[in-house]
Amino acid sequence: MDQATLGLLLYVLGLANLAAIYAVMALGLNLNWGVTGLFNAGVAGFFAVGAYTSVILTAPDSPHFLGGFDLPLPVGMVAAMLVSGLIALAIGAATIRLRSDYLAIGTIGIAEILRLVLKNEEWLTNGVRGITTIPRPFVAETALVSELSYLAMTLAILLVLYVLLEAALNSPWGRMMRAIRDSETTAAAAGKNVDARRLEAFVLGSMLMGLGGALFAHYLRYIGPEATEPVTTTFLVWVMLIAGGSGNNRGAILGAFVIWTIWSATELLTRQLPPEWAVRASYLRIFLIGLLLQVVLQRYSRGLLPERNPAERGATGPQDRTL
Amino acid sequence: MSGARPIIRVEEARLSFGGVRAVDGVSLSVARGSITGLIGPNGAGKSSLFNIIAGRYRPTAGRVLLEGEDVTGLPPHALFARGLCRTFQIPAEFGQLTVRENLMVVPAGQSGERIWNAWFARKRMLEEEEAIGRRADSVLEFLRLSHVAGELACRLSGGQKKLLELGRTMMAEPKVVLLDEIGAGVNKTLLAELAEDIRRLNRERGITFFLIEHDMELIGRLCDHVVCMAEGRILVEGSAAAVRSDPRVLDAYLGGGRAAA
Repeated sequence: MDQATLGLLLYVLGLANLAAIYAVMALGLNLNWGVTGLFNAGVAGFFAVGAYTSVILTAPDSPHFLGGFDLPLPVGMVAAMLVSGLIALAIGAATIRLRSDYLAIGTIGIAEILRLVLKNEEWLTNGVRGITTIPRPFVAETALVSELSYLAMTLAILLVLYVLLEAALNSPWGRMMRAIRDSETTAAAAGKNVDARRLEAFVLGSMLMGLGGALFAHYLRYIGPEATEPVTTTFLVWVMLIAGGSGNNRGAILGAFVIWTIWSATELLTRQLPPEWAVRASYLRIFLIGLLLQVVLQRYSRGLLPERNPAERGATGPQDRTL
Repeated sequence: MSGARPIIRVEEARLSFGGVRAVDGVSLSVARGSITGLIGPNGAGKSSLFNIIAGRYRPTAGRVLLEGEDVTGLPPHALFARGLCRTFQIPAEFGQLTVRENLMVVPAGQSGERIWNAWFARKRMLEEEEAIGRRADSVLEFLRLSHVAGELACRLSGGQKKLLELGRTMMAEPKVVLLDEIGAGVNKTLLAELAEDIRRLNRERGITFFLIEHDMELIGRLCDHVVCMAEGRILVEGSAAAVRSDPRVLDAYLGGGRAAA
């Protein structure tokens, strides 16, 4: 294989790895917003908590941050989910009663607090310099094998999550959550403990965002405060879910792959810009993604793969159900 | 109204929104096994009173007793567990669920409502689902909604949504049902059948009904006892015929308290 082909292949594998990691988070957000109607605008916070939790537990001893536990990677990932879930439980206990837009403001605020804490508590996270001694599994002789192995792991995790979430969505549990999303008042009158169930969905979704953070950190072997910017987590994951199809697990995954590919392509594009424009490039990318979302929603108003109720008969109604 | 302990008892309930006193010191009893009507002009506080009884609003003052127990301020789902069900004046269906699913949501204690069971106790869950599905089908047949069972509930007509509201209460195993204008928007023939159905549920299963209704004919046909509210207070109560012919009731509907009886 010549160098150019190999380079391209590695680029594609890297793309797929990160897209699969984002897909895990998009599934988490789908559980929050798509299924239960919770406007969680704090994806970045849970992502950061998951990333740092797993890193601290698995990294070798270092004078720069809390570490030296040297635990195996699966322990780190499970802990990432647990700690994200616990923090979501605490946040949710305070904010879950808030209705949609207020919950959004609440979660944005709390995510920012989490991020700033992680940025400033140097003893814990090495602050703005970040952590670079993160172990990565399956590191092999060649980059190709390393990339492929990590991708196999993320795809396997993604598959397991997809199967579990589909089973949940199509069970009485999913029916109840969708009912709460459609009308909280009626769900309460039908005997459902709406606040407790919203909290349950909030915690479960946040756990997946934490897992996404852990997968991200072990893949890149670096985590710093800039990786937890809301733009590259909260904003992108939301765009992925909405463009892909809120309420549809497959839509969430498709959205993650499509949007991440385009997001990466915009980097190639902005690299061509003259130097005086380069500083504005990151804003230009956000602008392009926002524009793209508008275009997608003009054509597919409910996302590329809209929510589809398998119990529904007939299926072709007045709404946009193409593709 | 004498005799057995009332199933619902409201004592001196008050509810204010800002300066507006929607419910202004209401005390009433609903006899067990009765069909009791609640009438009154628009803005009389009927729906607010229902919202207090069903736990949607906590009264500013006063108490609500269900089967003799103080349930003031309990959330709706806790009241549901105690056998109190309600419908809404403006139907609030689960729009993206099918009509059949709307009913299947209701039964309490479904094992599949725990995500763990949805993954690892599927056999039991599926057996329950079949039983609940059959029950939903029979309710749909009862309500003449079988032909739209698989439609998304948001596509139903206004009258059909009203029926679905009633259907939800039938999926529960209620002791008492609050019906908030179940007849509005339902065609006359069907309404007459519904009235029969309510009577039958009342007689055969002993379900108590407390209903808000504007159709005096329906009230006359169904209700053992009628309460008339105006301006947040109880104006008159008694038999349907007595309430209907009471000049104060006519006055409340027509004159808003200005004209002398």
